[in-house]
Amino acid sequence: MIASMQGAVESGLLYALMALGVYITFRILDFPDLTVDGSFTTGAAIGSVMTVSGTPPWLAVLCAFVGGALAGTCTGLLHTKGKINGLLSGIIMMIALYSINLRIMGKPNVSLRGKENLFDNVSTLVVMIIFVIIVKIILDLFFRTDIGLSLRATGDNSRMIRSFGANTDITTIFGIALSNALVATSGALIAHYQKYADNSMGIGMIVIGLASVIIGEAIFGSKTIFRATLAVILGSIIYRIIYAFALRVEWLDASDMKLITAVIIIFALVVPSSRRVWKQKNVARRRTAEMLAKLDKAQPGGGR
Amino acid sequence: MLEIAKVSKLFNPGTVDEKTALVGANLTMKPGDFITVIGSNGAGKSTLMNIISGVMKPDAGEVRIDGQNISNLTEYQRSQWIGRVFQDPMAGTAPRMSIEENLAIAYARGKKRGFSFGVTRAKRAIFKKELQRLGIGLENRLSAKVGLLSGGERQALSLLMATFTRPQILLLDEHTAALDPARAELITTLTETLVKEMNLTTLMVTHNMEQAIRLGNRLIMMDKGRIILDVPEERKKDLTVVQLLGEFEVISGKKLADDRIVLG
Repeated sequence: MIASMQGAVESGLLYALMALGVYITFRILDFPDLTVDGSFTTGAAIGSVMTVSGTPPWLAVLCAFVGGALAGTCTGLLHTKGKINGLLSGIIMMIALYSINLRIMGKPNVSLRGKENLFDNVSTLVVMIIFVIIVKIILDLFFRTDIGLSLRATGDNSRMIRSFGANTDITTIFGIALSNALVATSGALIAHYQKYADNSMGIGMIVIGLASVIIGEAIFGSKTIFRATLAVILGSIIYRIIYAFALRVEWLDASDMKLITAVIIIFALVVPSSRRVWKQKNVARRRTAEMLAKLDKAQPGGGR
Repeated sequence: MLEIAKVSKLFNPGTVDEKTALVGANLTMKPGDFITVIGSNGAGKSTLMNIISGVMKPDAGEVRIDGQNISNLTEYQRSQWIGRVFQDPMAGTAPRMSIEENLAIAYARGKKRGFSFGVTRAKRAIFKKELQRLGIGLENRLSAKVGLLSGGERQALSLLMATFTRPQILLLDEHTAALDPARAELITTLTETLVKEMNLTTLMVTHNMEQAIRLGNRLIMMDKGRIILDVPEERKKDLTVVQLLGEFEVISGKKLADDRIVLG
């Protein structure tokens, strides 16, 4: 049990980078980017193939970061310069990456057994906690720079930021590239962690990322960027813990997890909005009752 | 300063819905000019604003700033010279960002945006001082999210953000039209003060006739994509709303039709 908990926290931290990437596109840029499913595998493919051919693992992960950024740049270009709908540009890149990833790996899966590994001789938990915290702090600081502010404003009010001189095409492309760079890094780390890369490992990744963002924000709030990035990381860990528990339930299969994820997201999206509507209705009802009572007092008998 | 030379713009050209927004419009603004623009529905006032700011490109003609043709520059490239306040109070600010972050974005107008911090202690002091001009207490709420402000407060902030870097041209696009009378009056007063203090060259579209006469040193009237009347300062001083409506009828041969018009 404890071993499986530790495993859940470890993979939660590994997937946290992917969740942070999804947070950047989904929340900050307000751009639902489906490239993630492809770029996650791209990262894993680059990370594993380079390691197999003898590159130091850290360099392989760095190259995965760059590969993800390139994939994201392509999606951004399709959307901004090609004027293709956001969802569609993501889907196009996702499908293109499927073939590209196969090209990179040369076969459907690559094993890293017996090769130099990033997590050899170190505690995965400790390394990942430090690494994720560093990434989080860099992101927090980045979003306070002039470029970071204009990137956030692009997602918040693109008309406004254009009138202050930011090229929203560039900020959008940059944001999507940064997002996919993080996603690909996460993919490379996962490949090292599980010691293999598989061409289908990215399927459904966007939904898992979304689930992490939504769970985290629902529990820990998202008032500031600092709070939100922390929430996303913790959300990713909680998702993996739920996953670990689900695996222990007898009548559930590992393959049911995608369905469970979908249900979690539906709940997390529907409950807050219907609660808001319900609350507003109650307030409106109370306020009208108050106003009517006041009127009655002023004009007893309804003023006839 | 700003020159608009024979600018024309068609919407839906070549279709049954073809509409002439501007035909050969000419306008020259001198430094320090504060021009108010009035006109009937579809006269081309907003199109004029959009063509100056670069949201739209003219089909023919040129827009020049200080003699330089800027017709082919994009909106974000022109923003180094042009500040703008929109009609919609929500349009000029980013709601999920704080007041100081919004001001930092405005502060970077015309500068290269890099990896230095948007809000620094030095800038915060500048923002505080500038916000005091508004006199609505925003200087004490620097870290508040802009989405929490009222429409009037947001428009006041938009106005400050558009002006405090002293752009060469200020465009005001019916920026008080969406506010209730009291708030509209506040924004109008602020506009007057800020424009005077910073000596900004300003072009203001308005539906309020009285405001159009009271503010600024020049008044132009538009109809069917042309500027049909240009009232200089000397004549504008003694102008009344009734005279203005009369002039419109004489020149255009119809009554001024505007469903939102305010006579003042």
